Amino acid sequence: MGQKRTDLLRGTLDLLVLKALSLEPLHGVGISRRITQITKGAYEVSFGSLFPVLHRMEESGWVEAEWRSSDNNRRAKYYRLTPSGRAQLKDEERQWNQVVKIMASAVQST
Amino acid sequence: MAKRILSLFRNLFCKRDIEQALDDELRSTLEVLTQEKIEQGLSQAAARREALIEIGGIEQVKEGVRAVRAGHFVEGLARDIRYALRQLRRNRSFTAVAVLTLALGIGGTTAIFSVVNGILIQPLPYSHPARLVEVGLDLPGINQFNWPLSPLEYVTFREQSSTFEDIGLYYTGFGGNLYSANVTGFGRPEHVPALGVTDGVLSILEVTPLLGRSFTRADDEPGSPDTLMITYGYWRTKFGGDHSAIGKTIDIDGKPSTIIGVLPQRFRFLDMTDLGILLPLKTQSLRGYNYFAVARLKTGLTPAEANADAARMIPMEVDRPVEFFKEARVTPNVQPLKQYLIGDIGKVLWVLTGGIGLVLLIACANVASLLLVRVEGRQQELAIRAALGGSPGRIAGSLLLESLLLAVIGGALGLLFAYGGLRALVALAPSDLPRLNDIRIDGLVLLFTLSVTIVAGLLFGAMPALRYAGGRSGTGLREAGRSVSASRKRHRARNALVVVQVGLALVLLVSSGLMIRTFQALTHVQPGFTAPAQVETFHVHFPPEMIKAPERLLRMDHAILDNIAAIPDVSSAGFSGAVPMDAGAESDPVLVKDHVLQGQLPPARRSFWVSPSFFKTMGIPLLAGRDLAWDDLVNKRPVALVSENLAREYWQNPSDALGKQIGGSPKAWRQIVGVVGNVHDDGTSQEAPATVYWPITDSDDFLDTPAFALRSTRAGTESLMNEVRQAVSSVDSDLPLYQVHTLDYYYTKSMALTSFTLVMLALAGGMALILGIVGLYGVIAHSVSQRTHEIGVRMALGAQKNDVLKLVVNGGMYLTLIGVGVGVAGALGLTRFLSSLLYGVKPTDPLTFVVVSSILTGVALLACYIPARRATKADPIVALRYE
Repeated sequence: MGQKRTDLLRGTLDLLVLKALSLEPLHGVGISRRITQITKGAYEVSFGSLFPVLHRMEESGWVEAEWRSSDNNRRAKYYRLTPSGRAQLKDEERQWNQVVKIMASAVQST
Repeated sequence: MAKRILSLFRNLFCKRDIEQALDDELRSTLEVLTQEKIEQGLSQAAARREALIEIGGIEQVKEGVRAVRAGHFVEGLARDIRYALRQLRRNRSFTAVAVLTLALGIGGTTAIFSVVNGILIQPLPYSHPARLVEVGLDLPGINQFNWPLSPLEYVTFREQSSTFEDIGLYYTGFGGNLYSANVTGFGRPEHVPALGVTDGVLSILEVTPLLGRSFTRADDEPGSPDTLMITYGYWRTKFGGDHSAIGKTIDIDGKPSTIIGVLPQRFRFLDMTDLGILLPLKTQSLRGYNYFAVARLKTGLTPAEANADAARMIPMEVDRPVEFFKEARVTPNVQPLKQYLIGDIGKVLWVLTGGIGLVLLIACANVASLLLVRVEGRQQELAIRAALGGSPGRIAGSLLLESLLLAVIGGALGLLFAYGGLRALVALAPSDLPRLNDIRIDGLVLLFTLSVTIVAGLLFGAMPALRYAGGRSGTGLREAGRSVSASRKRHRARNALVVVQVGLALVLLVSSGLMIRTFQALTHVQPGFTAPAQVETFHVHFPPEMIKAPERLLRMDHAILDNIAAIPDVSSAGFSGAVPMDAGAESDPVLVKDHVLQGQLPPARRSFWVSPSFFKTMGIPLLAGRDLAWDDLVNKRPVALVSENLAREYWQNPSDALGKQIGGSPKAWRQIVGVVGNVHDDGTSQEAPATVYWPITDSDDFLDTPAFALRSTRAGTESLMNEVRQAVSSVDSDLPLYQVHTLDYYYTKSMALTSFTLVMLALAGGMALILGIVGLYGVIAHSVSQRTHEIGVRMALGAQKNDVLKLVVNGGMYLTLIGVGVGVAGALGLTRFLSSLLYGVKPTDPLTFVVVSSILTGVALLACYIPARRATKADPIVALRYE
């Protein structure tokens, strides 16, 4: 699903996950939906990509997880940004903006 | 980072909890998704299906998560090792053959490396051994090297040197006649190996006594009270390790001496293992080139610098024999102590290392060949693993891992082999191999074995792994049921291995063949004496002060001689200063009247001092003139005998030498009364030296330490020696016998290094032959079993048994002949490294090459014939149904 679009945005998944979590803690499905929402449907992340990223981030200490009840009373694992995760998010946003600027000027030049 | 390490531990050790949590998470995700779909209006079943599709395979997601976890690699490795072990267990006979082959190769290599390590690599067991040097003299003017020093050089170097921190003089005796002393006055009289030292020696070696004190300059002063130190071993056996040994007085060669110190257990002086006592040298005179010296260099200086410094000091020597020094062009010879100790044994050891290395290569080729067959048989399994998502790298890696595991198991077993082999090897080694006691399996050897094991594993594991990675095609699954007839390409790798094996085996066999030819040539050399196994020799040591009464000594020697000659079955007896080939004889300048060249030193000649009947006892033929007579000795007649080659050098004809005058100095001419046959005193591989035989009464050095020899059919038996002991003790009951050996012992010893090299290379060659032939047999047998179908078709179409036989044998012989060709080329290039070990045979000896090639080809023919015969026995019907 969304194979082409995923390719397009390769390498940005970390940033998207961190961004998705920046407002409130979410579980896996919630993160997936949030990403679709904030990319205005341009990006549908597969769970096969999402879960490895989440677990890696958890081991790196960017996110913390806890089990709690979801909206419809089911237990789910919620991920929350840690302070170091927030710092990472800022970092990646800055880098991304830089890349965008550079690429934009590169594409516009003749 | 810390967090990541923590995760690593959690992942590795709380695996079950982690897996459970992942499982829970995915299950809850599935439920959340399903709920979402139900809310969108789908039925429970449809919602669940949709949810599963969206997740996209629970197991794949799990695998993805596992892959990013810390420790994923370690975990995978552990799983791969378990898998590999299961594979190896499943195929026991393959594993056994491979492990055994590797163990032989790695074990042999480890054993030989232990020897190389102990002798060549390990530093000497003294502190700062690199600063220790041996100091001797070179006399290129008279072609003598590594000569002993006199105390004159010692004193000069000690006082004047700017490069030696300190220098010490020591005395070990002459050649085969080691320094030793009679110990009496405490327990049983004994004859004990001794070492004479100046006060510097022990401090240079940085040896501190276990008990008591070391020698001081005062102990070394002539006329000071006599003292001695004893070794740990002697202290234990003689004094039972009693501390009261210090201060005890015992008689050394009749002189009461006080024990001042006990040396530590690990103390060893150079290679002297059974040393008992250390005595101060107390040199009375500055003359006498009888001593060696050991010195410690000042920090940061090299032996070459010390050599230059010593060369500067030689002209400073007070009262040196200037003429002699000029003629002989005396120069110092300062060399690292270790180099002095090990001499030129290095060459032999490197040859053996090379040989055993080739065996290891053959073993690796064998295992590689086995692995290739196995990979072929496992196409199906590998194809399934690939289909299930194993990446090519991962599968090749796991194949390599299997090989490494095989290597590690083989290496561990090889280490056991090496422990056993090393004992045999040390027992087999020539007794004068230096540093035998330093040979052991130590940390460096273990590290070496580990590296060899891993390199070997990678070497033979690379082929199947690469082959899998390269030749991996869709054929795996298709071929599962039925294999196609062997294509040439499929066997190319194994064929190449067989060629390499045969080639390497040929190189080793040629090398051992050349050593056999060398040994043959050596045993065909007439040593100059006859039936050495029937000559018994032994030394007797009179107390030193008796030399002041030479007439009495001669009478006692004569009495002993008469007594032993009277023993039943003794046909002849004599005595001399040294036994032929025992390295005890000296070379001294010998003048020949009417052949003296002015301003030039007379050449040094091998000199023996002998009694009458010495030649008869040794079996040295008298070519002209007469033997010495007792009359010559008692009346001190000026006579001598010479060897045939010396006589021919000056007078062409042996009989023309009779009546001519020779002498050690212009004041003491001796008339030649007899000419005897040449004796290879330096060993059979060396030219017989031109030799002069003086009456034993001409020398002060040997009357009190004579070597007796007697010829008897009972030589070497204990019963004869008992009678000899009685015969000696009836002359003087306090005279111990020592260095009791048959002449054959010295004769064999002179060839010991050759026979050692021969046995080692022959073992390596034998192993190579067996491994190489097993490899060839394996390839042919495997190809026959693969071609059963094809052979069945051929026979069904009318091929005769002979045709089939020829087909198979030709295939094998084709490989063998290429291998022999490669091996001959390789051997022609490599055997020149042997040339310094060879005697009487060229490194390219055609006979050896032809014989070895034929033997190898013959054995290979047999190895091909057996599977070929089996192929002809195949019933076409069965063969076609086969598989």
